[in-house]
Amino acid sequence: MLDRRNFLAATSAGVATLLANPRLAFARASTDKRFLFIIQRGAADGLAILAPTGDAAYAGLRGDLARDAATGTKLDTMFTLHPALAESAKLFAAKQALFVHAVASPYRDRSHFDGQNVLESGAGGAYRLKDGWMNRLLGQLPGDKGIALSPAVPLALRGAIPVESYAPSALPDAGDDLMLRVGDLYAKDAQLGPLWHQALAAREKAGDLASGKGGAALGALAARQMSGPDGARIGMIETNGWDTHSGQNGRLAAQLKQLDATIAGFRTGLGADWSNTLVLVATEFGRTAKANGTGGTDHGTGAMAMLMGGAVAGGRVIADWPGLAPGALYDGRDLKPTTDLDALVASALAQHFGLDPARASGLLFPETRPAPLAQRLMIG
Amino acid sequence: MVSTNFAENRFGLGARADEPTASGDPRGWASEQLSRFEPHVAGIPDSRSVAIELADYFQQRAMTKRTAQAAAPAATMMTPASMPAKAPKTPEMMAARVAGREAYATLVGARINSALTTPTPFAERLTHFWANHFAVSAAKATTVGFAGLLEYEAIRPHLMGRFEDMLVAVEQHPAMLFYLDQATSVGPNSALAQRGRNKKGLNENLAREILELHTLGVRTGYAQADVTEFARALTGWTVAGISRGPASRFVTGEPGQFAFVDGLHEPGDRTIVGRRYRSGGEEQARAVLADLAVHPATARHIATKLARHFAADDPPPVMVARLEAAFLKSRGDLPTVYRALLASPEAWDPANVKFRNPWDWTVASLRAVGLKRIDGDATAALLTQLGQPVWRPDSPAGFDDIAAAWAGPDALVRRVEAAQRLALRAGQGLDARTVAPRILGASLTPATATAIARSESPATGLALMLVSPEFLRR
Repeated sequence: MLDRRNFLAATSAGVATLLANPRLAFARASTDKRFLFIIQRGAADGLAILAPTGDAAYAGLRGDLARDAATGTKLDTMFTLHPALAESAKLFAAKQALFVHAVASPYRDRSHFDGQNVLESGAGGAYRLKDGWMNRLLGQLPGDKGIALSPAVPLALRGAIPVESYAPSALPDAGDDLMLRVGDLYAKDAQLGPLWHQALAAREKAGDLASGKGGAALGALAARQMSGPDGARIGMIETNGWDTHSGQNGRLAAQLKQLDATIAGFRTGLGADWSNTLVLVATEFGRTAKANGTGGTDHGTGAMAMLMGGAVAGGRVIADWPGLAPGALYDGRDLKPTTDLDALVASALAQHFGLDPARASGLLFPETRPAPLAQRLMIG
Repeated sequence: MVSTNFAENRFGLGARADEPTASGDPRGWASEQLSRFEPHVAGIPDSRSVAIELADYFQQRAMTKRTAQAAAPAATMMTPASMPAKAPKTPEMMAARVAGREAYATLVGARINSALTTPTPFAERLTHFWANHFAVSAAKATTVGFAGLLEYEAIRPHLMGRFEDMLVAVEQHPAMLFYLDQATSVGPNSALAQRGRNKKGLNENLAREILELHTLGVRTGYAQADVTEFARALTGWTVAGISRGPASRFVTGEPGQFAFVDGLHEPGDRTIVGRRYRSGGEEQARAVLADLAVHPATARHIATKLARHFAADDPPPVMVARLEAAFLKSRGDLPTVYRALLASPEAWDPANVKFRNPWDWTVASLRAVGLKRIDGDATAALLTQLGQPVWRPDSPAGFDDIAAAWAGPDALVRRVEAAQRLALRAGQGLDARTVAPRILGASLTPATATAIARSESPATGLALMLVSPEFLRR
């Protein structure tokens, strides 16, 4: 039976109609397992999301940025989960969330563009592979559909296998991050600066900022696309706004509230399929261990990643913790990566979809072929 | 000396990411386009087809009205209030309306796609300039299909010709004749009015706007008497194949073409703006247009608007004087005026900046991300969101050509939203760090370059480029 539920033409005003809809493949699914990748574009601060409050150097490095950790959820003697991640904390308690700290892709510089290219392509360096590891994974799941919950297919999902993309026709407002950046750009412009100030005031009044509503809706939308026998098995959600160079406490809390709502909305929407689901949350790199002078953090190296879902063997934090003492930092400034993010991804996916770990590693990350992790990450 | 990239933005439609900057002399880049411009555009409807659809619509409307009136007495016997105020629309009427909207969307698509791929962007800019100078609005049922055609049938063919020829073609185009109500203007002493065949009277709308907007300019010394006399001279100017009512059988000609109906014309000699015009049918108003087209006030008016469009909101007086002189000396030879424009150092001064209006900004953005095709409906919707609906200005004065009209808080947010959408949908594989120097050239500021380089994703970088202060201006 063909089901056209996933035939979704994004017909938003603008340029929608000039972009051909990707060809849709209808076939019997080969697996009941689901995999959703939520990418955090902009380098999310793992040291604030999963705070190493048990590390003696933490409070001193972070200063006021350590504030929110005081009200977070203590997961073990070392780590505290950010208080905005209330739903995720419940998943952790239900052993459906597993957090991995001090992770990094093979990329070691600090450009968002290049870092995301490596994270999504799965190559050993930037601009070396033209397709993404999620598309290569899809190639191992004949008949299964992939979907991007965004206006266009992101690099991670691009490749030989056709993939759908869907975004609501009334596209959301410009992201808060872009709004902030535009504000910076206009600040010194005599004409645009004041206009922008007025625009933001009006926007704030309308209550667009930090409501959490958008996140829940996005999660529910992803669930609609991925639930049931005909649902897509592989999906991707793009989130922006993690590049918190200033005003980090407030911005990050708002970002995490959205992310938490997205995951909760996805879980609720999936219903019974949640038990077959793996959600990966990851970013291109981490942020500096020390707070900067503008209430934020700058581009760093080691980050954290999350595995969530009914299929995850959760309730643990996996970290070969390098420590935050001055001598332990990477380049003297960043959290030193001790776990290979690619290895984590390859291992989790191999366990989730029942693929041979070494083969999966070579297929998804053909240039680095990371050695599979020893830990049991998934129940199945 | 500025670069060709500067010329692409100031005189053209913006640089394209997928095309290298043309080498050589920037002024030559613009001026050589004057001889290469291709006025003809294939694959669009014409006034004849739009007129036939519109005539069907009017016929249907008249028929439904008659049917409703015939049926009315029975219905009104009991409760007069229940009489329908308006006759219901028939499927045929709906279809005719849809046809007009389809013509509009097709023409919007043709306009944007020409703008994206044209080999002569300076000439396209001039086309857009003149279409706004001779503004008509697609908001009326009678003009929705015709409005865009004015640009293709009256402006483009004369873009590289004489102002007088463009003026006459515009005033005789069905879009203008309907928009400013000339098509139904009747001389009170015309033969048909005298015989009681046409109850409508004189309409001054077109006469006034020709003087105020198209030629001399507002407050240039003409009086109400000039407007009225000119309106009388214009009576009889109408459109063939669409007119309804008792006079329609006197209108001959191809549907949608200009027609002169002597029976509607107000006879008599008359004086307009200080000149005497002998009684002479169609030729009377035609002679008035010929004089207006080369009037010194017209030269100043056009020179001011061109300088405002290409150089600065407050046009430099020296430049206006230069264009005015070129216009007068050549008796309105448009390429001569364009060459004077290109020869004006004020237009090449990077200190003189213009805030791009939504149309210019959209075209420049689509070109910057390398798009070559976009659908007309999507374009129309986007421009409506951005506040400048294509061929639908609020008044015959057209869209304003100053920053104050476009640089507003809400307008900026809408551009940011549109830029983000565009960057996400169309910007795949583009790296703003390398695209921005190509698009913005010397105007790219270190602040913008840094902001792009620091943006958290390629799409954000591209969106930032599109809404950067230097991209919003040209």
